[in-house]
Formats: sequence, C-alpha cells, structure tokens
Amino acid sequence: MAVTRGFVGKRRTRDPRLPPGQYDARDEWPVLHAEATPRLDTARWTFTISGLVEQETTWTWDELRALPRSRYEGDIHCVTTWSKLGMTFEGVSVDTLLDAARPLPSATHVLATSHTGYTTNLPLADVTGGKAWVVWEAQGHPLTVEHGGPARLLVPHLYFWKSAKWVSGLRLLDHDEPGFWERNGYHDRGDPWLEQRYQGD
Amino acid sequence: MAGWQTATVVSVRAETASARTFRLRLPEFEPHLPGQHYVLRLTAPDGYRASRSYSVASVPDGSPEIELTVERLPGGEVSEFLHDVVVPGDELEVRGPIGGWFVWRVDRPALLVGGGSGVVPLMAMLRAARSAGKADLVRLVVSVRTPEDLYYRDEITGPQTTVVHTRVAPPDEARGVDRLTTADLAPLVRGGEDVFVCGSPGFCDAATDRLTEVGVPERAIRVERFGPSG
Repeated sequence: MAVTRGFVGKRRTRDPRLPPGQYDARDEWPVLHAEATPRLDTARWTFTISGLVEQETTWTWDELRALPRSRYEGDIHCVTTWSKLGMTFEGVSVDTLLDAARPLPSATHVLATSHTGYTTNLPLADVTGGKAWVVWEAQGHPLTVEHGGPARLLVPHLYFWKSAKWVSGLRLLDHDEPGFWERNGYHDRGDPWLEQRYQGD
Repeated sequence: MAGWQTATVVSVRAETASARTFRLRLPEFEPHLPGQHYVLRLTAPDGYRASRSYSVASVPDGSPEIELTVERLPGGEVSEFLHDVVVPGDELEVRGPIGGWFVWRVDRPALLVGGGSGVVPLMAMLRAARSAGKADLVRLVVSVRTPEDLYYRDEITGPQTTVVHTRVAPPDEARGVDRLTTADLAPLVRGGEDVFVCGSPGFCDAATDRLTEVGVPERAIRVERFGPSG
C-alpha cells in the first residue's frame, strides 16, 4: 500500500454501508449523465420488454403505475465514488414486469434502453429475484428529470450507471451486449463491493 | 488503460487564485485523447483512501507526463490536500486514461462550451487542435465569473476562443455581464459539428438548453457534468 505523504483524510469514521473507495454524499445527490437532459411527456411515455420473451409487452405511463407497487429502501453507489445511504424509491418490481412478458429459457442477459438512446447491459439474474425496479418516486417525491424522471431503472446492488435514467425498456438477449458506458471502458457487471469500475477490474 | 501507478509530481503552478495545475510524470504513460480523465487516489497511513476523477488538461507532447488542473473546493477532502500539501517530488497514485465518450479525435468540427473549471478537458481539445495545425476545427466559448477566474489566461485566448463573463467583465468588454445566451452561441454554430459541454450541472443544463434553442440537435451534444465531489 502506497501511503500518500501528508494525507490523513477527513472522514475518519467509515460507515460499514460504504463499499471500498466510496464516500457518503450526504445531502447531495450529484447529477451525472452524458447527454442533454430530455423532457419526456408521460402522455407518450412507454416501457417495453422485448427480445427473448413469450409475449413482448408495452406499458403506458398509466398502465405501469397501476401495477402492484414495490419499494426499495437502502443505499446507492455511483462509480464516480459517491454513495447515498438510506434512500427510498418507489415503483414496480422488474419481476412483476417480467412475469407479464415471460422470458424464454434462452434469455441470459438484458440490455436496458433509455428514451435518450442510452443503453446498459446486465445479467438477467441481476434484475430478477427482487433486485431491480422501475421507479418513479424518490424520497417520497416524483422522480425529477435530472434523476431520470419520469421513471428510471433501479438496480441498487450495482454501480448506478446500470440504473438507466429515462428508461424505455428491457431487451432480453441470449448473450451479453455491452451498453453505452461499457463500450466506453466501464465494467460489464459493476459490483461496487468488488470495485468493478472499469473493464478488466 | 493501465492499472494504478505511482506518478511523481514534476511541477505545480497556479492558474487562478483557486486552481492549480499539477504536472505528473508517469512510469507507464499511455497517450490519452483530449477529454479523457484520470482517477487520483490518496492513501492515509491507516489505509483510508479517497479518490477523485480529474480531466487531463495537456496533450501528449512526447514526454511521459500529464497535467491535471484541480479547483480547490472549500472542504474538499482531495482538492484541499492537493492544493495545501502537495509539492514537486511528491508521489501520487493515478489510474488512466479513462473515458471513451467525452473525447474528441481532432477529426471533425467541434464547438466547445465550458463553464468555470469545466474548461479543463476543453483546453486539452483546443491544445490538440492547435498542435495538429487544425485550430480551425475548434470553436471554444468559456463562461467565467470574472476575468481573474479564467484558466490558462495567456494561452487560451485566440481566434478560436470567446470568453463571456457572468459577474465582472473587463472595462472594454461591450457585452457586459450575463449568463451564456443564445446571442453568444448563435454566431459560433456552423451546423453539423460535435458539441462538448462541460461545467457544473446547472451550467450544463442551461448551456444545452441555449444550444438547442439555436438549432443544435440534442444528439450532437456531449456533456460532462463536474460534480461537487471535493
């Protein structure tokens, strides 16, 4: 371990909820995305599950919000090293959506897509079993556009670039297909506890 | 991209009252593209670590060295340390170059729009264009609060560069003080160029709104938001 001369650091008590290399952003919720912030009209907003499914399914904004609600309470971790602890998100479990579309046995991965053209890839196992949501509320308020509103994907056990803002759907695939950041040097899985930040980690 | 390596600080120089450029020599130098960044990691004796990402301001010049310009943020755990403690000869762990999206390959016309410290990766683009003899490809507009807040003051000025002031302008400046406006941007848009916007989240959102108002398609705009991450 290479100690940096003169560095002591400020945040001496380390919250055990923080993965390695992360800091607690506390009251701030930094906004990081690589494209212009889009203005999406919920009257025309849709969410579609496509690809290797028995029944390709599209929900309108009202249809999605009529589904059984599910809540996530916990932490989120951005690869740029901030984490936010004790967050609350509300929406619908991805399990509920996949139950309607019925994945084929050959499906192993998903490519999440956004209304901006953004994409990110995940193993199917990382969005099933109560680990992923499509959310439209954060901290009890409607999700703002900077944070991906009207609705974003939420996969909180992976780095937050996997939680696609302005999500438009999931495409089920029988292989892993790198998304936007993954093609640009970031890790295909992105487990913050293993510090899988960049390709090769 | 190489893994973590221990760089040696070659020089430190002030750009403004709150910004310094750190020139680092790398044992395993890999040429970077303008717009890419490095992660810098500090380690305390007890193993506590803090890391931050910083854009490269320099362009590859044949030496195994890079320059990172760092704004000192009040209370910033890493930036305050870099400003207050680090001197030439110190060793710092870095990793990079990183990033394949907010990069410009010195090939297509580009409009660069920076706010404050957001000029750093854009400066790398301007330097790359000039050193390749393709300065005409680039148009740069940088928004600063006062003339004293302009980074790279002696080098950045030139026919490619427009500086706008939001709080205090030089006395001979007819534009006066204002946020970045469509009137600032409209004359710089050629059509068909790539647009790179970098600065605070508020600056980036305002700048992209103004750019779309003067007819730049959203798809042409690449944004790098500098977070208040200290």
